[in-house]
Formats: sequence, structure tokens, C-alpha cells
Amino acid sequence: MKIKSEVAADVRKICASYANEPSPLMMVLSAIQKKYGYIPLEVQEVVSQEMNIPVAEIYGVVTFYGFFSLNPKGKYVVNVCLGTACYVKNSQTLLDKVCEVLEVKPGETTEDGLFTVDAVRCIGACALAPAMMINGQVYPRLTPAQIPEIIDSYRKKEEA
Amino acid sequence: MNTIQVKIEGRLYDVDASLSILEAARSVGYSIPSLCYWNGGHNSLASCRVCLVEVASAQGSRLVASCVYPVAWVGADKGFEIKISSPKAIEARRTSVELLLSNHSKDCQTCVKNGNCELLNVAKITGAKDNRFPGEKSKATYDDCAPGIVRDTSKCILCGRCVERCKEAQGIGILGFEARGFETFVGPAANRSFATSPCIQCGQCVNVCPTGALSEKREIDLVDEAFRQGKYVIVQTAPAVRAALAEEFGNKIGTVNATGRMVAALHRLGFYRVFDTNFGADLTIMEEATELLHRMKGEGVLPQITSCSPGWINFAEYFYPEILPHVSTCKSPHEMEGAIIKSYFAKTHNIDPKDIFVVSVMPCTAKKGEAKRPQNAANGGLPDVDAVLTTRELALMIKRSGILFNELPEEEFDQDLLGEYSGAGVIFGVTGGVMEAALRTAYHALTGKEYGPIDFKEVRGLESIKEASLDIDGTIVKVAVASGMKDAKKLLDEVKAGTSPYAFIEIMGCPGGCINGGGQPFVKPTLQPEEGANVLKEYRQKRANILYTIDEKMTLRQSHNNKDIIALYENFLGSPCSELAEELLHTSYVSNREKFPNLK
Repeated sequence: MKIKSEVAADVRKICASYANEPSPLMMVLSAIQKKYGYIPLEVQEVVSQEMNIPVAEIYGVVTFYGFFSLNPKGKYVVNVCLGTACYVKNSQTLLDKVCEVLEVKPGETTEDGLFTVDAVRCIGACALAPAMMINGQVYPRLTPAQIPEIIDSYRKKEEA
Repeated sequence: MNTIQVKIEGRLYDVDASLSILEAARSVGYSIPSLCYWNGGHNSLASCRVCLVEVASAQGSRLVASCVYPVAWVGADKGFEIKISSPKAIEARRTSVELLLSNHSKDCQTCVKNGNCELLNVAKITGAKDNRFPGEKSKATYDDCAPGIVRDTSKCILCGRCVERCKEAQGIGILGFEARGFETFVGPAANRSFATSPCIQCGQCVNVCPTGALSEKREIDLVDEAFRQGKYVIVQTAPAVRAALAEEFGNKIGTVNATGRMVAALHRLGFYRVFDTNFGADLTIMEEATELLHRMKGEGVLPQITSCSPGWINFAEYFYPEILPHVSTCKSPHEMEGAIIKSYFAKTHNIDPKDIFVVSVMPCTAKKGEAKRPQNAANGGLPDVDAVLTTRELALMIKRSGILFNELPEEEFDQDLLGEYSGAGVIFGVTGGVMEAALRTAYHALTGKEYGPIDFKEVRGLESIKEASLDIDGTIVKVAVASGMKDAKKLLDEVKAGTSPYAFIEIMGCPGGCINGGGQPFVKPTLQPEEGANVLKEYRQKRANILYTIDEKMTLRQSHNNKDIIALYENFLGSPCSELAEELLHTSYVSNREKFPNLK
């Protein structure tokens, strides 16, 4: 698949802007992830050529760190915390409920492109366990019963 | 050398202070089981944990991965003792192997590495009990879409040897560690097939894989089927095969020139004719030297680059399509020989070429793909070569038929139109050999006389890049030789930039040339302790020496003096690079860059 030439050019520009860093790959990938929301294989190929790093190695980095994504994320990213503190407080049931309500599996995006569900390891809100985060907004001490309402509030926001 | 005193199993030894514990122990007579460790520690990810030893001191004891742990940190002066055979160390190593086995497919009897498996070997040594940790296994990928190499991640132990080999030795980096945790796999980006990745099929990864996760794609069945159909099954063998085949039958590396016994075995396997690809090599030299002289006269671009190595051709088509006009249009020797068998030989013997099945025994996995290229089908679309077996596959066929290789008499290749071959053809199997063979003939073509010393020693040796300036009767010819794609890049970048000072460049895909090809017998220090601790440093030179010795002992040393070659031109082809020669013996290349539309 061919990506748009202006995207390729932009990716090359991002690579060039970190050229003088001692270990620039993470910075380049972070910049692309932040700007475009995901880093597909085709973009990794461009990065590979620009930085002279095998694409297999770049793909390895992208698939190792949860921060990077291979696929476009939805407008709202639902991060359910499965870190130790949340997990022992039954956060798995939160994740199951979110998936049930949105009809997707963890890591997937709803068909309308609105929501992506991710299971994450610790969002640093252990005292508020079990917790969930949507686009940076933390929802503390949740029970599965609260999930439909929260999801609904985002849907309503979209409709408005 | 700085030495340090270490205590191993209660005894004191003086060892090289720069070594790891594993290497230091090896130097005083201990072989600690290991898997991911390879090639003097070039790959030491310490990922397999099979080499664990106990390091004890007054402060207590702990387990360390001996392949990476510096012996300098555990000197006897600091009160340390290294324990290899303590119950704690032995149990730890066994558990490591059991954990590796817990995620392994364990179908050992059907595995291509049966007999060569390092995992099975450490399981035996450590006393691993099968199925101690039953449970879920990682999702596996089986990829046999590419012509030469099969990847089966159900057997991968994530040691990273292939990753290191592809990136560091070949400078390509097709393979990487992908994903994370339980889902981690070794493979091309996005778990694509080798067929859709820019893999050059050189097989270097296969040679270092400790298990059956990477292997050649076997074609023995194709040969069996051709016999069943009653075809004229004709076999040819590449020069490098004879330098290593005997290793498959328990002979030490570099001790046996297998030519005569190999021919005897092929006769016993029932092949209609047994030919030497060296005839094809001599033919290649005639064509390639003529092409070079044409280019030097201004017909075509310089430098000319050799085209015998299909791994290198794949590399050029993927990564350096701009320089394809520099690559000689000559087919590789076995393809030329196949094309001549199906034309000249078939015609002379009044055989329908459709009834001929040509088998090439090659030290190479990439040759399998080369034989399937549509450009290598000269006789009305019939492939020049129908099946390619690696040296290892031939050994399997010989064993399968109950032929006792070491007891065979020495027999001669069949003298039937394509029988004679020169020493120049033999040395094709080692880096610098094609160059030297071509120079012997080019010298004759330019001066009308033979080069007195015969040998062009300037281009010999296993260094990854060699260059020489030769004075051929007043004409200065600058040449260069590279093997292994990583170092070849330096020469290729010059060609691409138009600054290459050379007239002729030889490139071989594998480091050291075909003697170290991806289809050659495995060199596994832990499975071949009789070869000594330095075997990985020495085996290439030992194999190369066999070929140079064969060349030296021959009376026919130059391709252009091969009588069967002369007769082939007189009776059939006309002259080198004639119209018929172009049709049968030359090929073309295509850029593979369009498969990567996002690259500049």
C-alpha cells in the first residue's frame, strides 16, 4: 500500500529533525504516534530507510511498547487499568463490561471510529483503584454497573 | 593478555581476564551447555538461560548466565568460586531447558534438524524431563511461501542468533524480535512471509539456527517424482559441495576432498548422468570474460559485477536496482549447464528436452529460487534446472539409500560432452575464485598467452573485501572482491555514486563465498566437540583449502583450455556471446523496488 506522498515527506522531516540525537528512534516514533495517532508498517518502512535501521527492528519497538499503535485509534481511547492494584480490585470485570458495551475486544476500535479499548498496566492511580481513563480523564473506584452510563455520556457528547 | 585467577569447582586456574565465564571455562576444559551463545559471543543476548552457573562467595551464591558474565568480576582474589556442577546449577540449567521445551512443538522425529538439533542436545545433557510445564503455547507461524527457506516459529526458542546473523553479517536485518512477552516471535516485520519481505534467501540464518525453526525448503520429493516418471534425471554438483559433503558422514572439516566418493554415490543413486557444475563454471568464465572485454571496449558500463551468487542477485534487485546494468548478464554456472544439457546434450543424444530433469546439488538455499526465475528457462520455457538440492539434502538422500559414503570408491564424473572441467571452475566455490578464474582467461584473451604463475594470489583470502591492481601487458585492470552483503555495500555505494575505480567486481552473497553457503553442512561447536574450540573461526579456510588444493593438482587450470568447452563452441554455440549463447546462457534482472512504493 502506498501512503500519501505528503505524509511520507512529513515522516522524513520528523526523522531529520532528530538526526543529531544519540538514540533517536524512540523520539521519532513518539513524534509520529502523537501526530498521526498510529504508525503503520508503511510508515515504518520510510523511517527504516531514513534512519538506516531494519524495519524488523522498528516493528519490534512499535509492538513492544504499548504507547505505540499499528492501527488508527478511535476518537476516545478507553484505558482500563489492569495494573496490580486495580487488578486485585477486580478491574478485569470493568474491562469485560467495556468490551461488552462497545462490542469490541481489547485493542480494537468500534466500527464508528469513536472508541478504542485498551487494557493498560498501571495508569498511576492506584489509590483510586479500580480505575479507568478516557482521553486523560480518570474515572476512580468504578463498578461495572457504572460503565454504560459513562460510555453513553461520550456518545451523547458526539450527538450534540 | 591480562590473566586472572579463578576458582572453578574448587581448583584454581589462570585464565584470560577478558573472557566470559563460559569462555574461560572452555579454555580450561569445561563445555557449559548453551544455546543463544554463538560465535565467540557475537550473539550473547543471554536470553536462553541454558548456560547458568553458580557463583559463590562468603556473601552467598547466585546464578549467572555464564555466556555474558565477565570472568574478571568473579576472580578468586575476591573470594569467588564458580560452580558448574553444583546441584543448584545443574537444576537451574535443566529448568531453563524445560521452560524452553514447554513452548516448543516437540515433533522431533519429523523435524528437518533431527540429528542436528542443539535444543535436543542440551535436553539430553541437562536431563530435561519432558512436559514438566504443560500449558498454553504461543501462537505459531509456519511460512513456506519463499522458494528457499522455511520458518516455523513453533520450534523457535527466541535465541536471536538469526537476528544477529542477518543484521550483523549480512547487513540486512530481515529478522527481528517482534511483539512482547508471551506473544514475542522472531520474524520479518509484521510477521510477513520471507516471500514478501526483502529476504535474499541466502540461508545464513538457517546455518546458525539451533533448532528446526529455520530450514531449507526440501526438494528431494521432486527428484523422487522425476525418477518415478522415468525421466532422464541428470545431476550436477557445485564446486563447494565437494569441500564439505564428507562432514555429513562424520569426517572432520577440511580433511576430505569428497569429489570421487560423491560421484560414486550419485552413480549409485541412479542418476542418468553425473556432471560437474565446473563445466558450467568454465562456460560462465568464457561468457563473462568476453562480456568484460566488450564492456572495456565501451560496449556497456563498468565496473562489471559477477552474477553467480543468487543471494547477491536478490540483494541487488531489492536494494540496489540502480546498478543492475553493471551486473553481468551471464547466468550462474548451474543454470548455464542446465540450459546446455537441455539443448546441446539433448540434441546430440536425440532426447526430447521435456524428458530431461536436471538436478543441481548446491551449497545454497537461494539457488532454489534462482531455478524458478522465468528468465532462467531458455529452451522453449523449460526451466534450465528442475530441482535444487542443498549439500545437506544430498547427504540425506545418500543416507536414505543405505549408501556407506566413507566406504565408496573414488569415481569420475561422466565424460559425455560436458565432462571436462578446469581448476578455474573449482575455485568458484570460494570468495575471489570467480575473479581469479576470469582473470586467467581475460589475461589470455588480452595478451594471447597464458599468465605465467597461473594463480592470482592477490584476490585470495577470506577477508570480506579485497582489491587488486593487475598489469595485463600494460593494461592496468583494477578489481575488487567482496563476500557477505554488509561489506559489499561499500563497493556498491561507490558503483551507485559513479565513483567506483574498478573494472570488475566479484560479489558473493555469503561471507567467505559458497563454501559457507546456506545449504552447507551445519557447523555446530556444541555438537562437534572434536572440531575444537576455534572451529567457527577456522572452518571456512579449511573448506577453501580443499578447493585450492584440487585446483593446484589439476593440469587443466584455465577455462578456455577446456576441450569440451572448445568443442561446445565449435559444434554448437559458435563463439562466446554469440546470438545462441546470448539466448541460452544469459539472463536479465528486474528491480524489486516497486514492492516498496514508499521508499525513495
